[in-house]
Amino acid sequence: MLAREDDVLEAAARWRAEGKGVALATVLETWGSAPRPVGSHLVIDDAGRFLGSVSGGCVEGAVVTEALDVIGSGTPRTLEFGVADETAWRVGLSCGGAIRVYVERID
Amino acid sequence: MDLSLLSALNAERAARHAAVLVTHLGSNAQRLVKAADTARDPLARELDAALAAGKSGVVGEGADRVFLTVHVPPARMVVVGAVHISQALAPMARGAGFDVTIIDPRTAFATPERFPQTTVIAQWPDTALPALGLDPFTALVALTHDPKIDEPALEAALAAGCFYVGALGSRRTHAKRIERLAARGLSPALLERIHAPIGLDIGAANPPEIAVAILAQVIGALRKPAPAREAAA
Repeated sequence: MLAREDDVLEAAARWRAEGKGVALATVLETWGSAPRPVGSHLVIDDAGRFLGSVSGGCVEGAVVTEALDVIGSGTPRTLEFGVADETAWRVGLSCGGAIRVYVERID
Repeated sequence: MDLSLLSALNAERAARHAAVLVTHLGSNAQRLVKAADTARDPLARELDAALAAGKSGVVGEGADRVFLTVHVPPARMVVVGAVHISQALAPMARGAGFDVTIIDPRTAFATPERFPQTTVIAQWPDTALPALGLDPFTALVALTHDPKIDEPALEAALAAGCFYVGALGSRRTHAKRIERLAARGLSPALLERIHAPIGLDIGAANPPEIAVAILAQVIGALRKPAPAREAAA
């Protein structure tokens, strides 16, 4: 069976309860052929371990890097990846879509 | 997000209750609104629309932009009748993401060997269904052909507002079934919700094909709002 979103939010709560630094990334908006729907989650811990998906593997690496900053600062941030963005091409969102991702710390 | 908020959200989800996490994108302020409490929220209309569609999204403009993370329970399929069609339907439905439960009081049918990787309950629907807790995120599919088994389950599914209620049987069989259920006090409007003969009309000729027809109809009920379905029919 495919992993459900359930598992991601349960993991976020569990990891935080275990004392880890945890960030939650959520797909806010998508344009074009984005691989994961709005509301999809990726949870990241302070060791860079992650579960879930916001893009089917295309930009997870970049989101994890940003999430580590958010775990440090505590300030949520909104990330954008898209075809018009050189970064997006570099990190691999070559599917022609664009996504905006909200990253917040679990306190 | 506060861990307490996340834990409250997870508790709602574990109980198969719908809820929306509201995040103000300017201030990052957050609140959790349970589906039962939307009327008291300033965004009641937007929340109800998002819950009905089961879709997360941004609403509002400029400084008032908020993100609604909509959580509705994963769709479930309860199949009454551990019959040949169910053996084909269970793995297909599981592949499409449904949690599948089979109920049949006939112990010769309801065996784990016939339904690998599927929850099988060898009890009468009257006994099994209250414990399962039918809800609007559950599809009920009645396949035994036996009124004693199918009809109490149909009645429970209609009462619980299951998003899909279907029953195997010809038009003639179904007409008699409707008569019996009406005699038990079920309204014509409620009885019209039963899909029968069950499944999309694709000329299905054997159990696996009937299973495809049923699963397609269930997915249609889940994904397309009722007016769109009526227009397409």
